[in-house]
Amino acid sequence: MAEKEKKSGESGLKTLGGPQYADRLFKWLTLVMALSVFVLIGLIGWELTNGASPAMRQFGWRFLTGSDWNPVDEKFGALPFIFGTIVTSIIALIIAVPISIATAVYLTELAPRWLRQPLTMFIELLAAVPSVILGLWGIFVMIPWLRDHLYPAIQKVFGFLPLFQGPIYGYGILTGGIIIAIMIIPIITSVSREILRSVPGLQREAAYALGATRWEVTRIAVLSYAKKGLFGAVILGLGRALGETMAVTMVIGNAPQIAKSLFAPGYTLASVVANEFSEATSDIYVSALFELGLVLLGVTVLVNIIAQILLKTFAGPGVKPQH
Amino acid sequence: MTQGDSPTTSAAPAENISTPGRGNPSRGPALTVKNLSVFFGTHQVLKEVSIDIKACSVTAIIGPSGCGKSTFLRSLNRMHELVPEARMTGEIRLFGDDIYERNIEPVIVRRRVGMVFQKSNPFPTMSIEDNVTVGLRLNGIRDRATLAERTEQSLRSSALWEEVKDRLHKPAISLSGGQQQRLCIARALAVRPEVLLMDEPASALDPIATARIEDLILELKKEFTIVIVTHNMQQAARISDDTAFFYLGELVEYNATKKIFTSPSQKRTEDYVTGRFG
Amino acid sequence: MTVVTNHKWRKAKNMFMQTLTFACAILVVLPLVLVFYHLVVSGIGAINWNFFTQLPKPTGELGGGMANAIVGTFILLGIAACIGVPVGVLGGIYLAEFGSKLNWWVRFAADVVNGVPSITWGMVVYALLVVPLPEPYRGTTGAFDPQSGVLTVTDRSGESHDFTVNDTTRLHLGGDGQLNSLPKGTDVIVKFHRGAGGVSVADSIGSAGWWRVFMAYILHLHNTVSGFSALAGGLVLGLMMIPLVMRTTEEVLHLVPTGYREAALALGISKSRMIVQIVVRTALKGIVTGVLLALARVAGETAPLLFTAFGNQGWMYKVTDPVAALPLQIFSYAISPYDDWHRQAWAGALVLLTMVLVINISVRVMTRDRYQAKG
Repeated sequence: MAEKEKKSGESGLKTLGGPQYADRLFKWLTLVMALSVFVLIGLIGWELTNGASPAMRQFGWRFLTGSDWNPVDEKFGALPFIFGTIVTSIIALIIAVPISIATAVYLTELAPRWLRQPLTMFIELLAAVPSVILGLWGIFVMIPWLRDHLYPAIQKVFGFLPLFQGPIYGYGILTGGIIIAIMIIPIITSVSREILRSVPGLQREAAYALGATRWEVTRIAVLSYAKKGLFGAVILGLGRALGETMAVTMVIGNAPQIAKSLFAPGYTLASVVANEFSEATSDIYVSALFELGLVLLGVTVLVNIIAQILLKTFAGPGVKPQH
Repeated sequence: MTQGDSPTTSAAPAENISTPGRGNPSRGPALTVKNLSVFFGTHQVLKEVSIDIKACSVTAIIGPSGCGKSTFLRSLNRMHELVPEARMTGEIRLFGDDIYERNIEPVIVRRRVGMVFQKSNPFPTMSIEDNVTVGLRLNGIRDRATLAERTEQSLRSSALWEEVKDRLHKPAISLSGGQQQRLCIARALAVRPEVLLMDEPASALDPIATARIEDLILELKKEFTIVIVTHNMQQAARISDDTAFFYLGELVEYNATKKIFTSPSQKRTEDYVTGRFG
Repeated sequence: MTVVTNHKWRKAKNMFMQTLTFACAILVVLPLVLVFYHLVVSGIGAINWNFFTQLPKPTGELGGGMANAIVGTFILLGIAACIGVPVGVLGGIYLAEFGSKLNWWVRFAADVVNGVPSITWGMVVYALLVVPLPEPYRGTTGAFDPQSGVLTVTDRSGESHDFTVNDTTRLHLGGDGQLNSLPKGTDVIVKFHRGAGGVSVADSIGSAGWWRVFMAYILHLHNTVSGFSALAGGLVLGLMMIPLVMRTTEEVLHLVPTGYREAALALGISKSRMIVQIVVRTALKGIVTGVLLALARVAGETAPLLFTAFGNQGWMYKVTDPVAALPLQIFSYAISPYDDWHRQAWAGALVLLTMVLVINISVRVMTRDRYQAKG
């Protein structure tokens, strides 16, 4: 009997070896999978740099400053696209940021309670609309309306500014900016909402106890507390705006030029790659497009890193320990 | 109104917001509560509470956790309404004015009844000075001289002036916990409320800071009516004139503090203050 | 009752801000409503049985449908899931269950990768899988001069191309359709056949880099895998899914109470078993909804497919063929000059949006139940 016990005791110890291997293997497997994100980053950077290097070697910095894009003559200047990307993104931010933050404030502080959940869900659904569908709507619905109603009105009032002069086609830089705004509003709103919700209730109560109205509570206790996080949300929206491709391509007019008027057609980094990549005839052409992609990637990644740092380190101004 | 020789308050300036009850004990009770019941949804938290809070005195609210004392305190400045399903029945009058009357807004009530919270909550994006004056600025007082004067007054009233007078522009969160709490008191006092509600104001502080707050309360009662919720019975015995004992949403006994702690008339009160439960 | 002097003004300001922010909320909601309205109005006319069953007609002809695009989207999603789900879920398991100082960096990297423009993803997979491989060099003849190290290959059309061979003792050299513009000295890979008539090129695998060699061997490139393919399209969508699935899996696993894990370990179950059979099983619904959301998200992507899947007017017969996809079809029809195609574009958009919205709404409904059940 004692021997039997001894045996089972031994075998009990022995079986520990098996699960341990399985555990280690499993941990290793999942670790490798988690590390894949770094691989992904490296991969993108590597492939784009690789693809762009012939062009980089051939053109050097002139690539970024040249404003002439003529693949037939092998002239590749990226400036019109950089210009287009920046201008449309700025327009988009000007439109989207006030609306988004105001909406986030409404959703978290001012809306009646029964309305908050449904409205939030509705706005998050807007974020799910694919870019190409918005572009489709942009071409056939928004552009005619802009061309026939809004733009002429703007030109009537503001036509003295060179920004609003020139022929109105409907498609163009301003239209590109507007459609990007529509695409980034949901994400800025969502993230801002999360940030506002994380402001401690105690802050709001302090303001209420002083006899503040709902808006005053929002202004004093919530918005100033959340400043940093809200800024991060805006930068996140900017990152999204920079990379927006399909909707912009469909409404911007695809003209590699730098024009003074917002009504003029333009081009963005993402759009030109989308349009011309599969048609690119020579290798240097392809490489030039890769370089455009690299520029876009560099700017977008930088903006996203800034946004993530802002969002992740936002905890509100800290409170010192007591003594 | 005896003020001249008190080191913690300066002479009262002309008020542009009239406050009939402050500092005048002969005006009758500060708060009269009749048959107050508070419900959160279907759950009844306070049951037919009736109590008169005396002016210019300190009234302590004691009882085990969950007895409704915080809810009671918050019903006095309509802060419980921040919870969605809150309902109340009964009447509460502030120096004779019904604070739940139909066209009276909570904003106005809270101007006359101030509150200090358990955990100090100064606005972190504002300086010390701005924290003190925020209530005044909300009410439209912009004149710099007035604001500066009130700042000094309130900070003196809360025994913080000497420590911060040279750094009024520094952020409020650069202060220690005890100082922050006194700053919150100054903030509440700056708008000259008639009643000051305090929800366990010293429970998050160390003994030294607590002692300072208690001294402060004893000074403040000369001018303000103070209602303080506390789970610390020794504190209640030290600083309050009257004590109300709550249990499971009911007001069990309300009497002079001395009497409550030495010869309470209810058995439940006696059990609580002698530590048999809670 | 004493009235604060500026109270009326403050009330008015309060009401004003309440109205203003409400107006902004309406402004935000408006585009979705308008888009859906127009989709239904303009697209419903073209939705009929043909639409779901027929292939597109040649350019300019009326009629036809988007059957191949609809099927193609599902094929792409299937391939994407094969890549995105295992990597994402396992990675998320690591983040939630094993965790280390690395975690913050992984999450940070995942969030940054999420923000990479989708078109750059397309360029990456293009460079990996699509770069055209040397059709012209199959079965051609060539001559090799060991002294100069130059391999001269004559393709089917009669043109000669010179390649520099770096290692003459290795049997693997390189040939690539793009070679004539590669810098001198680049390694290339060509399998060639030394025969009586000189060198004949039996297979061309592509330009250098260990990656190409690796791909060549695992895909047995007798037929080129290059060119636009469903595989490439699925790969790009799958890569995009990885950070999304990883984050949602991690979040969902965090919600599983520690008590379960401890109870399982206390019973003597090994950690890996505990994770898989208890934790993951408890969180399975959440993981699945996370995957569905990621799929819905990539289903609508067009840009990365432009030069990976590329689109196809007919059916895809093997996974290395180009494949049609709904977003691609919508895009090319939208920018075309034909009214009939415009109407079909609206119809396709209606189908796509409905798909995406249905998944999103049902996921939200399911997760709301979960939170309510927890109380």
